[in-house]
Amino acid sequence: MPQQLTQRLRDLQKEIEGYAREYGLDFLDVVFEVLDWEEINEVAAYGGYPARYPYWRFGMEYYALSRGYAYGLQRIYEMVINNDPCYAYLLAANPSVDQKLVMAHVYGHADFFKNNYSFAHTNRKMVDEMANHAARVRRYMETYGEDEVEHFLDICLSLENLIDYNAPYIRRRRREEAGDIDPDHPAQRRQPRRLAAKEYMEEYINPQEVLEAEAQRLQEERKQEERFPVRPEKDVLLFLLQHAPLANWQRDILGIIREEAYYFAPQGRTKIMNEGWASYWHSKIMTERALTDSELIDYADHHSGTVATHSGRLNPYKLGLELFRDIEERWDKGRHGSEWEACNDYELRQSWDTGAGEGRERIFQVRALYNDVTFIDEFLTPEFCHKHRLFTYEYNEATNQYQISSRSFEDIKRGLLYQLTNFGQPWVHVRDGNHLNRGELVLWHRYEGVPLRLDYALEVLENLHTIWKRPVHLETSDDGRPIVMSYDGSEHTTQESGAD
Amino acid sequence: MTRESSSGFSSIKRIERDKKRFDAIIRGRIKKELRKHITRGELIGKRGREIVSIPIPQIELPQLKYGRKSVVGVGQGEGVEGTPIGVGEAEGGASGAGDQPAHHIREVEISIQELAELLGEELELPRIEPRGNRTLKSRRSRYKTIRSTGPETLRSFRRTYRQALKRQIASGTYDYRHPVVSPVREDMRYRSWKEEPEPVANAVIIYMMDVSGSMGHEQKEIVRIESFWIDTWIRAHYHGIANRYIVHDAAAQEVDRETFYTTREAGGTRISSAYELAAKIIAGEYDPQEWNIYCFHFSDGDNWGGGDDERCFELLLERLLPGVNLFGYGQVESRYGSGHFLEALRENVEDEKLAVSQIPDREAILDSIKDFLGKGK
Repeated sequence: MPQQLTQRLRDLQKEIEGYAREYGLDFLDVVFEVLDWEEINEVAAYGGYPARYPYWRFGMEYYALSRGYAYGLQRIYEMVINNDPCYAYLLAANPSVDQKLVMAHVYGHADFFKNNYSFAHTNRKMVDEMANHAARVRRYMETYGEDEVEHFLDICLSLENLIDYNAPYIRRRRREEAGDIDPDHPAQRRQPRRLAAKEYMEEYINPQEVLEAEAQRLQEERKQEERFPVRPEKDVLLFLLQHAPLANWQRDILGIIREEAYYFAPQGRTKIMNEGWASYWHSKIMTERALTDSELIDYADHHSGTVATHSGRLNPYKLGLELFRDIEERWDKGRHGSEWEACNDYELRQSWDTGAGEGRERIFQVRALYNDVTFIDEFLTPEFCHKHRLFTYEYNEATNQYQISSRSFEDIKRGLLYQLTNFGQPWVHVRDGNHLNRGELVLWHRYEGVPLRLDYALEVLENLHTIWKRPVHLETSDDGRPIVMSYDGSEHTTQESGAD
Repeated sequence: MTRESSSGFSSIKRIERDKKRFDAIIRGRIKKELRKHITRGELIGKRGREIVSIPIPQIELPQLKYGRKSVVGVGQGEGVEGTPIGVGEAEGGASGAGDQPAHHIREVEISIQELAELLGEELELPRIEPRGNRTLKSRRSRYKTIRSTGPETLRSFRRTYRQALKRQIASGTYDYRHPVVSPVREDMRYRSWKEEPEPVANAVIIYMMDVSGSMGHEQKEIVRIESFWIDTWIRAHYHGIANRYIVHDAAAQEVDRETFYTTREAGGTRISSAYELAAKIIAGEYDPQEWNIYCFHFSDGDNWGGGDDERCFELLLERLLPGVNLFGYGQVESRYGSGHFLEALRENVEDEKLAVSQIPDREAILDSIKDFLGKGK
């Protein structure tokens, strides 16, 4: 059971919170819970949420965590959830230097959750909402049977990444779909528009070819309008929710999975920034304020554990932390802007310092307005890559090993951005919900040079079929050849398709 | 503040339910369709320095995602172009930055002894029961209690001191400025022994292995690994168990443990020869009234024709199965694809004491062991 914070911990919390405010952090309230080892493994298995729906995957996490702990391989350093108030967990047995470190780190996250734009649309009462989801799923299990409901969860979770990751930030639905009529919309306009012209100028101002092309375009657009969905729908789960023949309880569960997927999405798109920001602040608060002399060694030990890079891997804590520090230094010394960019003199660049002192202000802006993609895109510099010895690696078939493939700045940046865009998930759309007018479903994977795992794709199609209950197709590419994979409920077929 | 979520904590034990569910999937009791997604490496990884690595099973649900090998990754550290950076085993740091190139299997390293204990959580010798009276219960003395009388050589100084201190404090004669503790007769405490009955189940395990020419190197290796693990596990959990080892090709012979695991023979296959020898050993030395008898036989199932199969069934039904607790038959994939013995066995011999298991590759070894010794069968 969670214990009340001891007086000692309450004092520590007050102290750390005070420092955080002094530095200008602006955070959601934080509630700390003290848990022992077993409890913290349990809570961690549920991602920090006290109540989740019953599902074997949490058991798997728990097993891995507790085994990992039993063999002394891993310890959970901190866990904090995006909610108002934020919940965070402290391990009862930790010495107070660890508790301080965790608290300072947590306040960094709490500030980030509150201020980064990516989280602006997330449900801040998610702890309650998840408990609500859990209660509903549990009720369905009681009514329809554990196996049946759990099997349906398996299916939903194998589709959970097929959401529109950018949907919370833009308006995708068009007005006419919302019921407004736009008289100028191609669907309403049957004739190509002519520009007013004197008769003798007519064939110059409105040339015949242009009019014909326009007429053809309009016709195509009208055809498009008849499609279902009108344009490829990236929120595959939404499409299924709205159009698949599901029982009510199934629809509800699919909705639950979709809601949680959207809730977790911002954490995925700001992993580097969020961890970097929290690490930046724990090190700032600890080294400048909270640390006592006797705690220095332990602190250094644990901090280096958090930001260590293991055998060539990139640690998001470390990368984010160093980037924030780099930004602060660059804006403190005025190392940005056209003059800086234009300067090619190594000596000059090394000693460049305009004394601008805008670093702190800049990083606060950055933490509010960027996500991992824009963060890397804008602030990763050749100097940074060189200083931190970044490289790209690729799989070498011949040696069955990953090996370093490049140290060039462009390659590193491209590699990082490539992994981050759309979460490193493939872009998949619903292209047609009534294929051949037979109610068959066509998904379209926008091929960008990297093939899907085809063995998984086969099974995803089977799962999709369970939901759609009509034949399903996936347009994708294998080694550059466009293919269509189909599943009709009993067998798989794969055809090469002519057009993409 | 009253927290709405506090009620959630009372149900934390729900993790037990989820864990059980996961275990059930791993053991194949439910959701067979998920089993193929279980990732685990080889059971025996490194055997150097008595260390093995056992993977923690993980299940990954299929999703539309990129084949990982084709993704370009970014890392940090020294090295030039072409420097290998290790295979898989991505740990440290969570996902997101795409810092995990390989489909990773989480591994832990533990000693063979520990592994046997781990297996023990999932295995048992089925139907073991106390049999025989010759060595049924031995009594063993252990010094584990305290008495107030006894010889001076067994006096427990600590207990005596503690008792005296207690008495002095209670009676108010203890003075912390002058902390002298002097025990009197009643304070004396002596170590003493207790006799404990120690149940000894009489059990014998007979291992039989086909070492004929049709068993390729890989097949023999699989059989060796599997019987090695069964052997290791049983030795770790049951004491005083007798082991007998039989190898056979066209003729069977009894060998010692060392030879059993190292021998390489070649020749035809007459399974009945091994069964005959086993039956002879049992009849001569292990009376089923007094012994728990377990037999394990491994082969590629590529038995010679000429009625030898029938001879085997006859031996099993009449001489072996009536007396044994379990007869396990494990069949590895034959190099010539002609392993028919398992099927024939299934068709012709029906007995709950007969457990058969197919072992297509090394990955299947653990499952096969569970086929034989899994709990709850």
